[in-house]
Amino acid sequence: MNATMSAGTDRRPRADTQRAGSALPRVLAGVRDGAHLTLAQHDAVHGPLPAVRGRGRRHAREGAARMIEEIAQSGLRGHGGAAFPVATKMHAVANARGRAIVVANATEGEPASLKDRTLLELLPHLVLDGGVLAAEALGADRLLVCVCDSSASAYEAATHALAERADHNESGVQVELVRTPRHYVAGQESALVNFLNGGPALPTFTPPMVFERGVARRPTLVNNAETLAHMALIARHGAAWFRELGTASQPGSALVTVSGPVVHPGVYEVEHGSSLASLIDACGGASVRLRGALIGGYAGTWIGEQHLRTAALSNDHLAAHGATLGAGVVVLLSERACPVAETARAARWMADQSARQCGPCLNGLYALADTVAELVRGEAGPTAGKRIDRLASLVARRGACGHPDGAVNMILSATEAFAEDFSRHSQHGPCELCSRPAELPLPARPVDRDARRGAEGAR
Amino acid sequence: MSSHVRVNPIACEAHGMCAELLPERITLDEWGYPVIDDTPLHGSQVAHAIRAARACPTFALLVERERAKSGSGRR
Repeated sequence: MNATMSAGTDRRPRADTQRAGSALPRVLAGVRDGAHLTLAQHDAVHGPLPAVRGRGRRHAREGAARMIEEIAQSGLRGHGGAAFPVATKMHAVANARGRAIVVANATEGEPASLKDRTLLELLPHLVLDGGVLAAEALGADRLLVCVCDSSASAYEAATHALAERADHNESGVQVELVRTPRHYVAGQESALVNFLNGGPALPTFTPPMVFERGVARRPTLVNNAETLAHMALIARHGAAWFRELGTASQPGSALVTVSGPVVHPGVYEVEHGSSLASLIDACGGASVRLRGALIGGYAGTWIGEQHLRTAALSNDHLAAHGATLGAGVVVLLSERACPVAETARAARWMADQSARQCGPCLNGLYALADTVAELVRGEAGPTAGKRIDRLASLVARRGACGHPDGAVNMILSATEAFAEDFSRHSQHGPCELCSRPAELPLPARPVDRDARRGAEGAR
Repeated sequence: MSSHVRVNPIACEAHGMCAELLPERITLDEWGYPVIDDTPLHGSQVAHAIRAARACPTFALLVERERAKSGSGRR
């Protein structure tokens, strides 16, 4: 078993941190119940933050290049969803003109994900270490740590951690904490940069790419909070150590938020490539029979129950199911839930979360959501499946950001994973499970009207 | 060097002029937004594409020249 227990569903950390296997936990090492690690405790677990830049200009440059090279050797990929190679991004920022800025993205707009807020809440110094290291490697003078408005305890822990570090700030990197709006797309890279530049937290049209011209028109590295935590560990232990876990193309470990009918839902650290079954076991097992799982988040992919025993948690393995680990999300669905009704609610929620900037996304996602809802009611007629396919191909890749693509992916994967249920609903209407309360964790909508008003005002 | 058309979906307000002026590359979806064929334009189509881009009331249609994709941000 290679999953490690960390945090409970109610966003409070669990007391019984289990150490399963010798290699894990890495990121979650030293996690304590209820309180974040102080700087002294953090240093006791991980040792002090290594200096990237030596004295003098030449040493500084060499140290920075070595740090990026170490990240490149480690094969670290981003944990925000896209799994983009981190060193490639760093090189792009390093080679762009102007002084760089680093953004630690802990906005976590994905409602099924708790890992970034949990990380910041319990281990703020690890994230800050990573952010400072990235800043030093790029010669950046500012680090902006972005936390969603809804994660009060994460913000508090980060504030406290920053105060602790104020006396020891030898790097000269100025660290600022920023609260961000709560809606789903607020954490998308260009949306976040737009917000940090004083605009609404909505995606913008690219180019310019943020690595060329981001915050304050400067080259900007935006990395997910967990990515920075891994970076802090690589700086201490090296690329070879990092590669001791995981797969060749996705080395290391990942934080995964598990929700649904398991005994202990929460945030777990798993080795890339470990089995989904072992993760479910680490959660105390399923409390009822499972129907399937949504992997990666609401922009992710449904897999049916027949794959739950065989699926493994790396993008290579998940590719067989058309899925990716995304931001590290596993939502399990019980047999007491109707997958079609759940998909209809999720589709509607994703449509509501459109930034309402791009016509195909706004119109297409509602048309899709309406069609799935009609299907649940048995009003969609025999051509519903074709209409879903046609709308899906009409919407995908036509937004300024990836939101419509993610929503389409989730809906299409549901029609495949639960094909029989979809066809039964289209023929016979609602099943006996349709009227049961929703199982998928979705916040009330609409989430953030202000950002939309801001957007309309700006146009 | 080849060119292709691209739409800025945030700026686009579905006026539909582009589909009138460049039907060989642009059709409209059921809500009136352009569906673009973004494969490289043939020589004679470039002038038409530029005319369509200039006619767009929200300047949402772009004729882009293929850039080398270095990914490094260097110019």
